[in-house]
Amino acid sequence: MNESATVIRQAAAVAEKPLRNSMLRHARYVVSENPVTGIAFALFALIALCALIGPYVVPHDPLASDTAAALKPPSLAHWFGTDQLGRDIFSRVIVATRLDFFIALSSVALVFAAGGLAGVAAGYFGGWTDRLVSRTADTIMAFPLFVLAMGIVAALGNTVTNIVIATAIINFPLYARVARAEANVRREAGFVQAARLSGNGEFRILLTQILPNIMPIMMVQISLTMGYAILNAAGLSFIGLGVRPPTPEWGIMVAEGAGNIISGEWWIALFPGVALMLAVFCFNLLGDGLRDLVDPQRRT
Amino acid sequence: MLKGLTQPDKGKGLPLLDVKNLTVEFRTRRGIVRAVEHINLTIERGETVGIVGESGSGKSVTSYAVMRILDPAGRVTGGSVSFSGFDLRAASESDMREMRGREMSMIFQSPRLALNPIRKVGKQIEDVLLQHAQVDTGVVSEKAVEMLELVRIARPRERYHAYPFELSGGMCQRIVIALALACKPQLLIADEPTTGLDVTTQKAVMDLVVELTRERGMSTILITHDLGLAATYCSRVAVMEKGKVVELAGSEVIFRKPAHAYTRKLMRATPRPGISLRDLLPENQTAKAKSPSPTRKTRTQMPLLVVDGLVKEYPRQGQGASFAKLFSRNKPVPESEVFRAVDGIGFSIARGESVGLVGESGCGKSTTSMMVMRLIDKSAGSIVFDGQDIGEIPARQFATLPLRKCIQMVFQDPTDSLNPRFTAARAIADSLLRLGDIPHGQVRTRCEELARQVGLPVELLDRFPHQLSGGQKARVGIARAIALRPELIILDEPTAALDVSVQAVVLNLLQDLKDSLGMSYLFVSHDLNVVRLLCDRVIVMRAGKIVEEGSTKRVLVKPQADYTRELLAAIPHPPL
Repeated sequence: MNESATVIRQAAAVAEKPLRNSMLRHARYVVSENPVTGIAFALFALIALCALIGPYVVPHDPLASDTAAALKPPSLAHWFGTDQLGRDIFSRVIVATRLDFFIALSSVALVFAAGGLAGVAAGYFGGWTDRLVSRTADTIMAFPLFVLAMGIVAALGNTVTNIVIATAIINFPLYARVARAEANVRREAGFVQAARLSGNGEFRILLTQILPNIMPIMMVQISLTMGYAILNAAGLSFIGLGVRPPTPEWGIMVAEGAGNIISGEWWIALFPGVALMLAVFCFNLLGDGLRDLVDPQRRT
Repeated sequence: MLKGLTQPDKGKGLPLLDVKNLTVEFRTRRGIVRAVEHINLTIERGETVGIVGESGSGKSVTSYAVMRILDPAGRVTGGSVSFSGFDLRAASESDMREMRGREMSMIFQSPRLALNPIRKVGKQIEDVLLQHAQVDTGVVSEKAVEMLELVRIARPRERYHAYPFELSGGMCQRIVIALALACKPQLLIADEPTTGLDVTTQKAVMDLVVELTRERGMSTILITHDLGLAATYCSRVAVMEKGKVVELAGSEVIFRKPAHAYTRKLMRATPRPGISLRDLLPENQTAKAKSPSPTRKTRTQMPLLVVDGLVKEYPRQGQGASFAKLFSRNKPVPESEVFRAVDGIGFSIARGESVGLVGESGCGKSTTSMMVMRLIDKSAGSIVFDGQDIGEIPARQFATLPLRKCIQMVFQDPTDSLNPRFTAARAIADSLLRLGDIPHGQVRTRCEELARQVGLPVELLDRFPHQLSGGQKARVGIARAIALRPELIILDEPTAALDVSVQAVVLNLLQDLKDSLGMSYLFVSHDLNVVRLLCDRVIVMRAGKIVEEGSTKRVLVKPQADYTRELLAAIPHPPL
């Protein structure tokens, strides 16, 4: 008995090893096929690093103002220059990463859980569940999404939490629809029927059979909406909703610098804008790369 | 442009298609794979040649290489292809475009995918005619209707305006044939033209192809996995294995005196009349397989399953009807708006018996099996299993009842019926964990025992479905079905997606398991040759009703219903 157990474990280890290797090899293959994916992953690592340790390593206090050094162009002391109050823009851009990243991540996590589950249930059960979820999604889609987000933040109150909630709500239709479509085509798949024959109840089938199979597609969706969520959060701050000054945040910083572009101080708006663009760009590319990674068609 | 072909005399004396030493390679991640190696093949004018082989043998790749429609990863690396003296490998792409459709054309496996779903079929035929400037725009629609008539489509003028989804599978394949023949090509390549069609439709389609090509003096290449089909319709047959032609001979010679070992193996594995299940296996393996136990259990006991007056109805117009009902005041749905998929059938299965349920697609055999399986609810009638009317239990509740253990199923498509994210062991263990009465610690041991029972190497248990071959996946499906020691197993075309040699092994395995475990089988199939091998009794269904029922021998040798006779006649009869 004991012996056979060891044999099994050894067999399992043998089976496991090439599997992990093949995943690594596959990742390397995808990156070599499309180097842009590699760039996206590197950029993502950089953003994550800034979000994690940014506040501890920046050269200046992002909130400390120094009116003597106000509106200085980029120099060795201030890499990205300084703003109207003499704050170091480089430090502010780096420190802002954490807040923007946090808003995007938590809103995407929220909508992934809510929209994904609602969509899967709608696609699998059909009937009233489907009608309820689909019509809710349609209703949200009927509004101009950014205006809807503005309205939600204005109504709920001007806080970061409410930005997260508003961003989650406007992304709901995207998740619900993708999850619904994916669950719907698998509803009558052979392995779902087989699971019924094995004595699984409907909810169990939903959780153990359907959900794991639509995960890869949802992961791609997450990456694609991350960029959108960052843009949305920055957009709301830009028009003065959500995050309030003097908190460093890319949207506010662009808004603060916008007036100074005409008078020649281009660096105040440019650098946070570039950071924003790179972040959105990175997540969109990451989505393409993830799709290549999880697409079974690509693994021949 | 097309110099060789514009002078009709130049090609005289040469074979229509001459393939010499053709080699095709595919660039994949694991290096270069040779799909086709040094193939030689000549097609004379007016000749029909079959290319036969199992999946992956390179038979389709050969035809794609001839048509120059290979996947970007594939490349012809050697040899020559000439079409009445015209070098196809050296031809420019614009010349090839001219050639395809006008000089040589192709029929694909799934007719529905080959047709544009949002364009009227008549218009699609016109497109081909106009593309190759065969007719004037004024008379093109007349010509299209003529083509529809030619492929025996009833009421061609009406069908001209039909969309592909409005036509049956056989009808769509006729349209594809009309498209292929519209410009009077000299060579027709038919790539599995009848896979997925019913036997009677298969016969009609093949007869039509043969007749039309003979009338026009065309040559045909028939690519198929079915040796019987090729031998029936072709004058010569090339047998391919792993990218090589292993045998090329007249179809009678192939059938009477197959020279190559692989041809013999294929021949043996093809189910045909007058042969037993054990004969399908390769010669050296027959000794190992037990002969079926001659002593069958006495059938005096109560039957295991009794189905009586079973009906399944579907509303003819889905959601729209119920919506219309809301607005039209109190008009109930008239009787005719209900479609009866299964129309009052009754049969019984004894313990240890295997019963075949045969019929063409849409006859209600799958619906019947799903109702017996308790995956869908019946409309009327009773399903009595072991003295208990299980038809009364709603399908959603049945899944978690202990009775679920007693009725299991083997699915048609081994790939589709395995969760891609579960290992083989997890797939087999699922039912043991949910309904089994063994402690969790012993599940793995039981899985291994089951794997040995179905002949699946134990070390494959930790693999995922995409790492297993078709035959291995079929074994996992069977192991899962027998895991709970059920009394009745429904086999829903369990071998339809498998190559013949794998089918032979799986059928024998099913027979062995039945003998050793004493289960009953309800075998759902459209293939009478397979049913003949495995079943004691046969039920023939048509349009939701049973047209004939009786012992396999009686029904297949002396059929009483006209429909059964028609089905039997439609099976390809190779010249034996």
